[in-house]
Amino acid sequence: MPDKGPLQFHVPEPEVRPGDTPDFSKVVVPPAGEQPRPAVDAKPENIRDLAYTIIRVLDDEGRAVGPWAGSLTDEELAEGLRHMMTLRAFDARMQLAQRQGKTSFYIQHLGEEAISCAFRKALKPGDMNFPTYRQAGLLIAGGYPMVQMMNQIYSNDQDPLKGRQLPIMYASKEYGFFSISGNLGTQYIQAVGWAMASAIKNDTRIAAGWIGDGSTAESDFHAAMVFASTYRAPVVLNVVNNQWAISTFQGIARGGAATFAARGHGFGIPALRVDGNDYLAVHAVAKWAVERARLNLGPTLIEYVTYRAGAHSTSDDPSAYRPKTDSVAWPLGDPLIRLKNHLIAKGLWSEDRHKQAEAEILSLVIAAQKEAEAHGTLHQGGKPSARDMFEGVYAEMPAHLRRQRQQAGI
Amino acid sequence: MARMTMIEAIRSAMDVSMERDGDVVVFGEDVGYFGGVFRCTQGLQQKYGKTRCFDAPISESGIVGAAIGMAAYGLKPCVEVQFADYVYPAYDQIVSEAARIRYRSAGEFTCPITVRMPTGGGIFGGQTHSQSPEALFTHVSGLKVVVPSNPYDAKGLLIASIEDPDPVIFLEPKRLYNGPFDGHHDRPIQPWSKHELGEVPDGHFTVPLGKAAIRRAGSAVTILSYGTMVYVAQAAAEETGIDAEIIDLRSLVPLDLDTILASVKKTGRCVIIHEATLTSGFGAELASLVQEHCFFHLEAPVARVAGWDTPYPHAQEWDYFPGPARLGRALVEAMGA
Repeated sequence: MPDKGPLQFHVPEPEVRPGDTPDFSKVVVPPAGEQPRPAVDAKPENIRDLAYTIIRVLDDEGRAVGPWAGSLTDEELAEGLRHMMTLRAFDARMQLAQRQGKTSFYIQHLGEEAISCAFRKALKPGDMNFPTYRQAGLLIAGGYPMVQMMNQIYSNDQDPLKGRQLPIMYASKEYGFFSISGNLGTQYIQAVGWAMASAIKNDTRIAAGWIGDGSTAESDFHAAMVFASTYRAPVVLNVVNNQWAISTFQGIARGGAATFAARGHGFGIPALRVDGNDYLAVHAVAKWAVERARLNLGPTLIEYVTYRAGAHSTSDDPSAYRPKTDSVAWPLGDPLIRLKNHLIAKGLWSEDRHKQAEAEILSLVIAAQKEAEAHGTLHQGGKPSARDMFEGVYAEMPAHLRRQRQQAGI
Repeated sequence: MARMTMIEAIRSAMDVSMERDGDVVVFGEDVGYFGGVFRCTQGLQQKYGKTRCFDAPISESGIVGAAIGMAAYGLKPCVEVQFADYVYPAYDQIVSEAARIRYRSAGEFTCPITVRMPTGGGIFGGQTHSQSPEALFTHVSGLKVVVPSNPYDAKGLLIASIEDPDPVIFLEPKRLYNGPFDGHHDRPIQPWSKHELGEVPDGHFTVPLGKAAIRRAGSAVTILSYGTMVYVAQAAAEETGIDAEIIDLRSLVPLDLDTILASVKKTGRCVIIHEATLTSGFGAELASLVQEHCFFHLEAPVARVAGWDTPYPHAQEWDYFPGPARLGRALVEAMGA
């Protein structure tokens, strides 16, 4: 070995920064339809390649091609488009509501709508998600009332979470949506625990854990992988790689590994990497993993390759750390437009019908918003009682909280 | 009734709970086949099978995180962290998750878990097998914190904790596992079989959380104690001849303030003892509550006797441990004030 001099410290950098021309040449996008679809009981060591490619169904002409195509009916595809359009319209209105001072905080999904919307359709009633803050499509596609989501966002007097939780940190047992924490990564091992419990009770329900590319660096990710692997828990472990953890590019969490999906290999967990902007591919891969879990074949790790087209949250400005046109150059396109083009290519949809649907959906979102705002927004109108602040810390209020409530005079 | 050590009583509590409720599961490091490094889960896997009592990977955050998910499903996990000194990797799961799930989800989800862990020193365990981290949990809203001092209470409190609808941190003073210990490390060990609180019913019973016990009635000074320090207090009272009233708090959250206040109002003096480090220890909370509520009854400043603010040393264990001599000096001082 030649003498290379003193040690050198390495800090990864993204390809481009503000002012540069977007460059996604390192994101290798294989042609749609070329990735094999193994049997659900395939041995993880025999399908390792699926962690290094991108499973894709929709091609550039909007056709569904290859062995992963065909998991959805025409009606289901149309419904999927509607869900994504609803989520996008919902986000736009709530983003604006935050700017208008009607709430303190909002997180939108722009560019990532396909993942949670399509995944939800692969689940059955009773299955449980342990989501992060960017999977509201699980609720929208699951039929959860938008007005309830808005009541929560506004922390008004109808807020199902009684004003206790930051906006968008929804919780609904009935809709299979575990309470969002805000602390990153903690929910991943909880999903595994829920799945272990389902197996302990010889149930048929399965769990899904959600995490972002950045939070895979948390030790809870490792714990979840170990537990899922050891106990063969019926859980689907989802990694949404949207390239950015606030301002930190995915390379800081990924390190020297080729992909996040490849993390599954060391645990003997089947790992698949999928085009997260392809509604059909997301659904097909999710369905495959859900079936594996339900057949007692254990966990699956799925990496969704996508792009966070918007800011991290309403408190973030991405122009400070990445080129403004980055999302336009993203090679996997816009999930909503891709599904729309597919439906048009199939003769099931048209630009006119799309415009019409957009208007219809917007009016539904606005109607829900009006209803929610009639119950109040963060600083105006109805709000949860201050007295309620002391409730629900424990099942039964202990004496010290009763004293403090008295002291507060409420 | 049977004679039990604290280990047997804790095991019996889990046995009774698992027998009565199929949703109770027990897991942790070494707790399955082997039955735990302190043998607290011995025989449970053989009796209830591997699906209800099993070994876990060395991952405290994983153990507690999985238990939280199980609780969300509807089980009642009772997990073991091998030593309280090892709980910190699980701290995020306990503080940010278990403690807040009921509140933040407005009751959509709850977290009825029990996290057992051996606590305290006196066994030459050094800094990694001796800590008393109770104040790190009493500071967190949404948690209950329990510290038993004898086999009878250990069983009754543990069953109550497992049945409790909220997360309970259950700290087991390991120096008390096999017998009461008053800090006189140079004297022969007393077994529980010779102690009245070693008499434990075989079946189901509970000791409610939030009810203190008066271990010695007295009129001169109130000693607030829990865990191992209950016996240190008894020795100090005996050795100084001071007629102390000794309160065993049993649970720190919820706290039996009524019993504490009634005693201090009667005696007019209060000395607090815990093994944990002094600064920001639970004794600070107790001292504050006592002065808030009993200021005009006090004849002397409220005093605290605690572990020094150093890491738990190894060779200097008995210089560190707040034994009867140290407490005795504080009692004499309180009486002289």
